[in-house]
Amino acid sequence: MSHVANSKGRGGFIAGFLILPLALYLTFVIWPYVQTFGYSFTNWTGQSPTFDFVGLDNYSALMKDEVFRGALLHNLLLLVFVPTITILISLFFAFMLNAGGRGGAGGVQGVRGSALYKVIYFFPQVLSLAILAVLFGAVYRSDEGGLLNGFLTKLGLVDPAHPIEWLNEPNFVLWCLLLVVVWHGVGFYLVLFSAAMQSIPKDIYEAALLDGAKRAQTFFKVTLPLLWDSVQTSAVYLGIAAMDMFVLVSTMTSGQFGGGPDHHSEVMATVLMRNFLYFGKAGYACAMGVVMLVLTLILSAITLRATRREHVEF
Amino acid sequence: MTTVVKAPGEAAAEKKRASATGHPRGKRKSGSDGMVLNVFSHGFLAVWGILIILPLIWLVLGSFKTDVQIGESALSWPANWHFDAFPRAWDKGIGSYFANTIIVMVFSVPLTMLLGSMAAYVLARYPFRGNRPIYYFFVSGAMFPVFLALVPLFFMVKRLDMLNTFQGLILVYVAYSMPFTVFFMHSFFRTLPTAVHEAAVIDGASHTRIFFQVMMPMAKPGLISVGIFNVLGQWNQYILPSVLMQPQTGSDPERYMLTQGLIQLQYQMGYETDLPVLFAGVTIAMIPMLVVYLSFQRQIQAGLTSATLK
Repeated sequence: MSHVANSKGRGGFIAGFLILPLALYLTFVIWPYVQTFGYSFTNWTGQSPTFDFVGLDNYSALMKDEVFRGALLHNLLLLVFVPTITILISLFFAFMLNAGGRGGAGGVQGVRGSALYKVIYFFPQVLSLAILAVLFGAVYRSDEGGLLNGFLTKLGLVDPAHPIEWLNEPNFVLWCLLLVVVWHGVGFYLVLFSAAMQSIPKDIYEAALLDGAKRAQTFFKVTLPLLWDSVQTSAVYLGIAAMDMFVLVSTMTSGQFGGGPDHHSEVMATVLMRNFLYFGKAGYACAMGVVMLVLTLILSAITLRATRREHVEF
Repeated sequence: MTTVVKAPGEAAAEKKRASATGHPRGKRKSGSDGMVLNVFSHGFLAVWGILIILPLIWLVLGSFKTDVQIGESALSWPANWHFDAFPRAWDKGIGSYFANTIIVMVFSVPLTMLLGSMAAYVLARYPFRGNRPIYYFFVSGAMFPVFLALVPLFFMVKRLDMLNTFQGLILVYVAYSMPFTVFFMHSFFRTLPTAVHEAAVIDGASHTRIFFQVMMPMAKPGLISVGIFNVLGQWNQYILPSVLMQPQTGSDPERYMLTQGLIQLQYQMGYETDLPVLFAGVTIAMIPMLVVYLSFQRQIQAGLTSATLK
């Protein structure tokens, strides 16, 4: 690097290359994030240029907001179930793919066609959430034309005269959305865990085999501990996704920006958008944004701490 | 990350080794174990595969049915194949939403790659005061959901008079793609050998010239990976356009992106009860992604997973 460091025109070059990317990033990403904090202490409507500083009023109003509290509860539910279910299923399939093979080598041989399985499973990941929303909107249709009701009627589990209204059933709606997230996510995390499994040196498995370990034992005593870093990262990512949920809820459920029936599928993001674009309460919406940010940070920190293990180098 | 590649003879060698160690009972047991497990795993894997493919095929088939047929029974095969839903969906707006998305991405993807690489290159290869803070500053943006910034972002774009304009959305896309692009290209530029760079310096090439004529060509594999990622990310973006690309007055043109347009079509078709058109629209929107995915699935899987693991 010495030539580089000493050649002339270096300072100007560095500045010239950084100025445009930095300017764009500051204007459209960093500054809006910072402003969110500022606006959250005002009664700004978003319509008029003037607003007053109201201190913590927005935050205390948030505490009393039943809809927001319900949304928070739903987010927390999703936060527990989305990562748990997705990670369990993906781990199961990743292990099947990499160790479900015929060979008796202590669970190190992959099944035949594992590459094809991975191609299929991963595909939902490249589809937009908008496509998922339309697709599952059709799957959950409340008459026989819906894939789910159609199947259940065929099996005789649902009375054709009274099909289940999946997305209008207060007790089902959140779980229906959860299934979409899991359907979408499993392929990605499976490929992720699969890559991590393949990077585990084989001699570890051979040693376990020589010691007489069975597949299940190998999984819990060898594979899982060595995979723990990826599991932990996945939990954080899935947790962040579970805090959002805007696209699916706002497009699949009833109500202005979704959340129906009767707020049973409300999440913080939909309440935020409704307050901002529909009720014109920009300051209040910003306060929700801040609460979401703080919760996201706390949860990432908790996940990382709670799942911390000795890091294994190999 | 190393990938374990199994040589053809290796499995046989392993078996031999296992029997040579003198655990005949253990070996036989794990062998039959393996058979059962193999059938068992294929069973589960196939079920999940069907769960992924079936809804997608069902939706595509729906675009060849009539609305009545869709409503009557979910499990019916198209009675007679109607192809007219596709041109109708195209005319209902899918065509222009498609064009809008292409227009934005023709500018936003190359611009993302150029600006992201410039910043990443300087940060990766030029030590200077403030280098680390600026790098973390760029990368930290990936941590937070877009949501938190949405309200002020809307007014920022409004103040710049760029609401419902292509150039506004292009700049916003570029800005929000910056964290991942800088992060990915930064690690890529660090791995490039310094010798070539030094030779170019001795030949008297300027920094800018070295970047464009030496480093960028060398970084091609990295550019392709991050390029695919940005294409996928920007093509699938829904939240940003749905806030920033709303007609402000009645006379403003609709400049919806494809994802936004699909949701629009879903509302519309709910009233007009013409589901084949909606399904055809989704099929049209899915085709480019399917093509990109099947052509680059190896890079896509590797790129996305390595980005998460860091």
